[in-house]
Amino acid sequence: MNKVAVIDYGMGNLHSVAKAVEHVGRESGEEVQVTVTPDAQLIAAADRVIFPGVGAIRDCMAEINRLNVGQIVEEAMKTKPVLAICVGMQALMEHSEENDGVDCLGFMPGQVRFFGNDLQDEESKRLKVPHMGWNKVTQTQAHPLWNGVPDESRFYFVHSYYVESGDKSKVTSTTSYGREVVASLADNNIFATQFHPEKSQTVGLTLLRNFLKWDGQT
Amino acid sequence: MALAKRIIPCLDCDKGRVVKGVKFVDIRDAGDPVEVSKRYCDAGADEITFLDITASHEDRNTTVDTVRAIAGQVFIPLTVGGGIRTLEDIRTMLNAGADKVAINTAAVHNPEFVREAAERFGSQCIVVAVDAKQVSAEDAPKTWEIFTHGGRNPTGLDAIAWVKKMVDYGAGEILLTSMDRDGTKIGFDLDLNRTVSQAVQVPVIASGGVGNLEHLAEGVLEGEADAVLAASIFHFGEYSIEEAKQHMASKGIEVRL
Repeated sequence: MNKVAVIDYGMGNLHSVAKAVEHVGRESGEEVQVTVTPDAQLIAAADRVIFPGVGAIRDCMAEINRLNVGQIVEEAMKTKPVLAICVGMQALMEHSEENDGVDCLGFMPGQVRFFGNDLQDEESKRLKVPHMGWNKVTQTQAHPLWNGVPDESRFYFVHSYYVESGDKSKVTSTTSYGREVVASLADNNIFATQFHPEKSQTVGLTLLRNFLKWDGQT
Repeated sequence: MALAKRIIPCLDCDKGRVVKGVKFVDIRDAGDPVEVSKRYCDAGADEITFLDITASHEDRNTTVDTVRAIAGQVFIPLTVGGGIRTLEDIRTMLNAGADKVAINTAAVHNPEFVREAAERFGSQCIVVAVDAKQVSAEDAPKTWEIFTHGGRNPTGLDAIAWVKKMVDYGAGEILLTSMDRDGTKIGFDLDLNRTVSQAVQVPVIASGGVGNLEHLAEGVLEGEADAVLAASIFHFGEYSIEEAKQHMASKGIEVRL
């Protein structure tokens, strides 16, 4: 039995990711139990942990702090594979510019910055914000979670703020939207994505399947 | 420019069944929104929009079940619209597995609802759907007005001012339907779409009037749409999603192939 805990701190749609993981487990014939929970004990008992997040960072961090989710994530990061998604990844950074500035968990070095209202591509064409849709992800280093995922695959993004990593060696992929944007990070047994693997059809499901098999080593 | 322009098939559903007809020859139950959604997803649709036209409140539980069933099998973004009036409606749909909700009439009746929804759930999941109709005379500069109830009820709201306001209130995306073009198959109202797209920072989905693949390409190239939505050309098997993408790619438009 492969036990996966999706940390529920009351922010938005956690069912997509739970359903996608269940689907991947079913397809590969593996017995996967997905629990969507805020309970520290259940999360501690899981084999792997998913730290999702949608919405505004201030509200996310308020709930993370209120429910002591930071400690839960920190404990999980010591012992088992962790996948952080979207605002979940941003929450791992030190600080975000969103909502007039919000302190984040500081588990990874880096800042979360606004794309700006006058974002342009290389041909000086205006780019919409949020960055919403399917963009090409360039893998910048090998990682077990990339197994079977072709380089330059398109993943689904939706965000107005992006991560500026304080440690380039942790960046595992980038995308391009007016600038080079961190698409994923990895540090030991944690993998964090700005895109939504649970919404990225075949390539996203492949990444989730890899996560279910991942032992946390690189 | 690497972000792909999105192609979004739209399913109109009544009491959990696809209406306006889906006529695939090789599909078991063309009225089943789950099967239809899965089919589109496998064909490369970039998102699915599910529009609930169920009239009675009691039957809405069916809609929630349907959304849950689609979300369990379709791993691309799912937008649910129709009858979204309260924060509770939004929570219910998100919990069922929707990624975004489209708010239309309720926004016109109470614009603050959009602000509250965006604050509570985040702009990324709040789509404001607008139905616009040209109201200017032939020789005058073009203006459009917002209508509700399928284009029957005028609101007195100027479409451009309205979408700007909705974005200020927190809408993360605009689903723009031309009531002049809806169902005509003569193409999008490109002037309307371009004017709206230039007026706001958020993505705009063009809707209403698609009759062929060139219309989809025009929507992006001339209408400056970030995504194009169509129903009947896909439902009746006139064109596949793959053909639509190939055509758009042949016009130099970035698509997810």
